Amino acid sequence: MGQVVQLEKIEPLQGYKLRIVQEVVLALLAKQASHGYQLQARLALALGPLGGALNAGHIYVTLGRLEKADLVRARRVDQAGRPDRKVYELTAAGRERVHEWLSDTSWPKPAPAEFHLKLVAAAAAGLADPVRLIDKQRGELLVGLREAQRAALAEPAGSVAGLLLEGVVLRLQADLRWLEECARYWNAAKG
Amino acid sequence: MTVESETSVLSAQGLCKEYGKGAALVRAVQAVTLEVERGELVAVVGPSGCGKSTLLHLLGGLERPTAGSVRLGGSALERMPEAQQARIRRRDLGFVFQAFHLVDELTALENVELPALLAGASPRGARARASELLAQVGLADRASHLPSALSGGQQQRVAIARALANEPLLVLADEPTGNLDSSATTELLRLFEQLHARGQTVVVVTHDERIAATADRLISMRDGAFVDETKLAGGTARPLSAMAGLEA
Repeated sequence: MGQVVQLEKIEPLQGYKLRIVQEVVLALLAKQASHGYQLQARLALALGPLGGALNAGHIYVTLGRLEKADLVRARRVDQAGRPDRKVYELTAAGRERVHEWLSDTSWPKPAPAEFHLKLVAAAAAGLADPVRLIDKQRGELLVGLREAQRAALAEPAGSVAGLLLEGVVLRLQADLRWLEECARYWNAAKG
Repeated sequence: MTVESETSVLSAQGLCKEYGKGAALVRAVQAVTLEVERGELVAVVGPSGCGKSTLLHLLGGLERPTAGSVRLGGSALERMPEAQQARIRRRDLGFVFQAFHLVDELTALENVELPALLAGASPRGARARASELLAQVGLADRASHLPSALSGGQQQRVAIARALANEPLLVLADEPTGNLDSSATTELLRLFEQLHARGQTVVVVTHDERIAATADRLISMRDGAFVDETKLAGGTARPLSAMAGLEA
């Protein structure tokens, strides 16, 4: 239950997790003040094919919120020919937040519990064959793996975004291996 | 020629394979029916001992089924005399095995040209084709190496080049990444994607999720029988950015 409440607390920014974008933008400003478009270019490079949905608008909305929260400060610089005249820099509170973020070891949780309990409940109630549920889930994950793997193979060697895609591939592989264990158990349980 | 043979490269009907008798009877493959279309990549997955390797042997005519039939490119394998079957295996099928099965005494190039020579190609033609195939699998500079001087991943790529020597109708692959580490597996995946893009028909049995994910169609096998089939081609997954944790 606690988790559900927590999820709702995260304000989505047109689909993207605002928290990640906020923290990353703050951290990117730690070394030197930057224009919004420079931050956008950094993120685009890091995300590669996954960066599509993150446009400059997201960055400016984020910067606006960070400014309101006193974590960044905007300075106007007059630069002929630049549409983007604001340079953003960290405040002391912003710097403090970056240090907290970097030292935070919380990890996005893989979530086997829900599916596990679904199988247990389905078997107990005789509602559905757990093995069929597993087969269906495996299909879903494999379609995802197929896509992630293609994107990963299409990245040039040494691409930083390729590393992110590799992370997606490895996670899906781990989930698929766990599903194999589930299939083994529930198949045996059927007798 | 029957109607289905126009697009179907492989057609297996009611395949069964039994070993032993009485109380010791093992039903390794039970009533398997499978149609593979031209250009399709089909993966058969399942736990070890589920009968998937036996199935592959039946499909390739390496073993005779207890019951059922296999048609390859429209010809029924079981109705043929052994010599003709062997000829078809050489000409229309390419095999890739987990343990590579290269000839240790021959160089990479000689291994790749061997099937063409056995099928009666001219030495010059076989050599040209073998060089081209080695280049395709990224091993042009290893042509004169013996298998023992190649890594596992390189040996498997030589084996794939060899499987393609006679431009087979169908490639049958048995756990092709079973002996490979993760980076060699990545290279092999790339090669599988290329083969597929060029329209090569492939049936692969595997328990490697990454190989299975390259397939158009995935068949799950348990206790010798097909229990589930999933179409992966054209399936919709969650957006990549959601899988990566960028979206809520």
